Amino acid sequence: MTTATVSRWDRFRESFLWYSFKRDKIAIVSFVVFVAIVLAGVFAPLFAPADPYDLAQINIMNSELPPVWMAGGDAQFPLGTDAQGRDLLSTILYGTRVSLLIGFGAVLMQGALGILFGLLAGYLGGRVDAVLMRIADVQLSFSTLMVAIIVGAVFKASFGNLMFGEIAIYMLIVIIGIAEWPQIARTVRASVLAEKKKEYVDAAKVMGFGTNRIMFRHILPNTLSPIFVISTVQIANAIISEAALSFLGLGMPETQPSLGSLIKSGFDYIQSGSWWITLIPGLVLVVLVLVINLLGDWLRDMMNPRLYKG
Amino acid sequence: MALLEVNNLDVRFAVRGGDLQALQSISFSLDKGERLGLVGESGAGKSVAAFSILKLIAQPGYIAGGEVLFEGRNLSAMSERELRQIRGNRIAMIFQDPMMTLNPVLTVGTQMVEALKAHRRISTRAARDIALKKLQKVSIPSPDKRLDQYPHELSGGMRQRVIIAIALLLDPDIIIADEPTTALDVTIQAEIMALLLALCEQDNVALMLITHDLGLVSQVTQRMLVMYSGRIIEQGPTKEIINDAQHPYTQGLINALPQMGEPGRRLYQIPGSMPSLSRIPPGCPFHPRCPFVTDECRQTMPEYVQSGNVDVACYEVSKLIEQENRAPEVTP
Amino acid sequence: MTVQSAPLVDIRQLEKRFDLSGSFLEQLQFRNGRFTRHQEYVHAINGVDLQVHRGEALCVVGESGCGKSTVARTIMGLLTPSGGEVHYDGERIDQLNGREVLPYRRKMQMIFQNPYASLNPRMTIQQTLEEPVCFHHPAWSKAEVRDQVQDVMQSVGIDPDWGVRYAHEFSGGQRQRISIARALAVDPEFIVADEPISALDVSIQAQVLNLLMDAQESRGLTYLFITHDLAVVEHFGTRVAVMYLGTVCELADTKTLFASPRHPYTQALLSAIPRLEDDRPNHIRLHGEVSTPVNLPSGCVFHERCPYANERCKQEVPRLIGSDTGGQVACHAVQEGRL
Repeated sequence: MTTATVSRWDRFRESFLWYSFKRDKIAIVSFVVFVAIVLAGVFAPLFAPADPYDLAQINIMNSELPPVWMAGGDAQFPLGTDAQGRDLLSTILYGTRVSLLIGFGAVLMQGALGILFGLLAGYLGGRVDAVLMRIADVQLSFSTLMVAIIVGAVFKASFGNLMFGEIAIYMLIVIIGIAEWPQIARTVRASVLAEKKKEYVDAAKVMGFGTNRIMFRHILPNTLSPIFVISTVQIANAIISEAALSFLGLGMPETQPSLGSLIKSGFDYIQSGSWWITLIPGLVLVVLVLVINLLGDWLRDMMNPRLYKG
Repeated sequence: MALLEVNNLDVRFAVRGGDLQALQSISFSLDKGERLGLVGESGAGKSVAAFSILKLIAQPGYIAGGEVLFEGRNLSAMSERELRQIRGNRIAMIFQDPMMTLNPVLTVGTQMVEALKAHRRISTRAARDIALKKLQKVSIPSPDKRLDQYPHELSGGMRQRVIIAIALLLDPDIIIADEPTTALDVTIQAEIMALLLALCEQDNVALMLITHDLGLVSQVTQRMLVMYSGRIIEQGPTKEIINDAQHPYTQGLINALPQMGEPGRRLYQIPGSMPSLSRIPPGCPFHPRCPFVTDECRQTMPEYVQSGNVDVACYEVSKLIEQENRAPEVTP
Repeated sequence: MTVQSAPLVDIRQLEKRFDLSGSFLEQLQFRNGRFTRHQEYVHAINGVDLQVHRGEALCVVGESGCGKSTVARTIMGLLTPSGGEVHYDGERIDQLNGREVLPYRRKMQMIFQNPYASLNPRMTIQQTLEEPVCFHHPAWSKAEVRDQVQDVMQSVGIDPDWGVRYAHEFSGGQRQRISIARALAVDPEFIVADEPISALDVSIQAQVLNLLMDAQESRGLTYLFITHDLAVVEHFGTRVAVMYLGTVCELADTKTLFASPRHPYTQALLSAIPRLEDDRPNHIRLHGEVSTPVNLPSGCVFHERCPYANERCKQEVPRLIGSDTGGQVACHAVQEGRL
């Protein structure tokens, strides 16, 4: 067993992917920043000086304190505090965690739906294909935000604000997941159409293998690289969608802020000079989305066979 | 003086982990009106050789040494501008895939007229007349209609005829044909080859035919080169090589043809396969597959020896020749 | 070989059309003030009868678009015939459902043309070869499966230690050996080989042909061998069927066909092979090019290019009838004694 893992590691080290990664400074920097943000988010309870969810730690007297490097800053709050007196650094760390969770969760959801429907549409073709792709077209013709706003408003109205706060994170994952699955389904369908013409699929049919086995064991593994590429971009999109929804007040409640709801909560105070409450989480959001997109671009260049050969 | 002379041409591919030797010390010449065959399996360097002659070798390939003389002028020292005067004009190329030459969004006529006007000061009307004449020459049915057609409206055989007409457009001295009929059916292939041969003979055009098909080379060419792993291992008059190949690889290639075997019996087979460029063994590149391999073969590449009119790079052959030369002394 | 015994594979009046016209809406055309439904078909094969006898290698030869691959794929059930029947060992197999057809999947196997596309790039060689064995012998233990795979790898000349590698690490010839191993792994009796050597280099072609002949001898295989290369047929085939535009125009023993080809198309095809002893191309000239299988010519499909065609050839479809040399020819000129 160990020999197999060693050889796989060696294989990776000799691969073109690793080689080009080593040469690409942008990819390396993006990757390091991305990993740093993810680690900071995942281990937020370890790094954060305070727990923003714990009401006992909050003192309203500390509200709207500027970052340490400005006059009136307090060493206890390195990035200052928000309007409720929460430590901004801790809140951003916890918010990043929420944003990443929603981003990854939504893409997992999109991936599950998109892969299943894309495979079925591409491999079975005919009526199945026509019906599934028309549904996808209809879905794509509504903007993600519009779908999310309608569903979110209905949920909020029917569950009430308190209950909504508890299920908000799952609801956002489901909403963004459902709204964006056609993107992945289309990519999968396109590569299935290309793969199913290849002779290894005929060979599998001649062996008598069933449709499910051919679809999932033989074709699916060969469509993974485009899925991988588009998923990275979709994570960035999902994080932005979530931020937009939160900004509109339809996302995460202020008691469990995501990056988006942080930006929103600070927005009211930007006029009164407390710019840091909005700007710093905004900056984190921009950097996070930027590095994911840069990584996605690099992956696409690597995995695009046309560029690869040229 | 030969029309085209290639001396010790070295071509390398710059890839990660160092250079790959794609061509090593290739030397040959082509006389006016001569037909030369370049034979070898895929990856032997046939196409690289053809492209390198016109300095058309694409990145990451580059010419590392040697020279190409056309009418005594060194092509490798020429500027891109001077080269363009020769490419297409004096030396024309025919590719395996006609769509490599034909632009799918322009009509056949437009492409031919443009090619003419690029090299000659000539009116569109006159250029069109020449184009029409060339199309008649390759015996395309209703050539005036073809001028206004797009490449996709033509069948495979017809497209290859158009390609030949384009190659002939500027009355070149040399046509380099890279697997010109591989993509075509047998009956069409025969027609196209017969046409190409007739046209070359008629206008005394030299032909360099790159192919893997020994039968085709035998039918069309006067001299041939056999390539293996970027080296020429045997060259000489076609008939001599086909009838009595000297190099073990050439022998194996000929004997492996189904037409040489007895029906229903096993064919002669060369074990193994040609190494990829990154794994060319030291010494003679053929030695791992050769039945006559010795330690010498594993260490150094053999020099060319002459056997009849054929140049061969093989220690076994040079040994045999030595023995023959010594033979009279041994028996008084 | 007793020719009188029942054929192993028997195809009768096989037809296959491919619909070119798309969905119903795309078929509608507005012409002369009326909507009409317009359908177009590619007539890939039109009434082909072939019998493959046990132990022989029946070669099907023809140029691209003649329907030879369609015949192969229809026999293997990759395509459903538009008409006609396919029988295997006396049983009709072209209408069986998924479960009923399984035993035939084991007995009938196929080798494909493109060694670069016929192996799954994400599976190791071991996985590629083990999967069919496990699938068809669910009761076998792991050790039995491994033994079977090792045996078959050795028999095609692949080192069993290479099993952990992926297909892209092998050369074209080695991949084709692996493809052959996959077909042989389920111990078939009948193999359809669709242009198995045309994508390979000359020196590798001989290796693969030898391998196929060895396998035939040691396992008593029956082949249906699809190719465009007549030189290979002369070497490999017991009998040859020459196809043109979806019909068989001549069927004969290999020796007979090469010694005295009767059909004008067979003659042209034979003359077009470049031979080593030739000094220049000396083929029989045919006029025109192969017509498209969308609009089939009336009468004999070859009449537009045939130097011997007359009025009858333009009107009446010739049938495959026994000729004096012992083969079968579909040609009016031969049957009338004009040729």
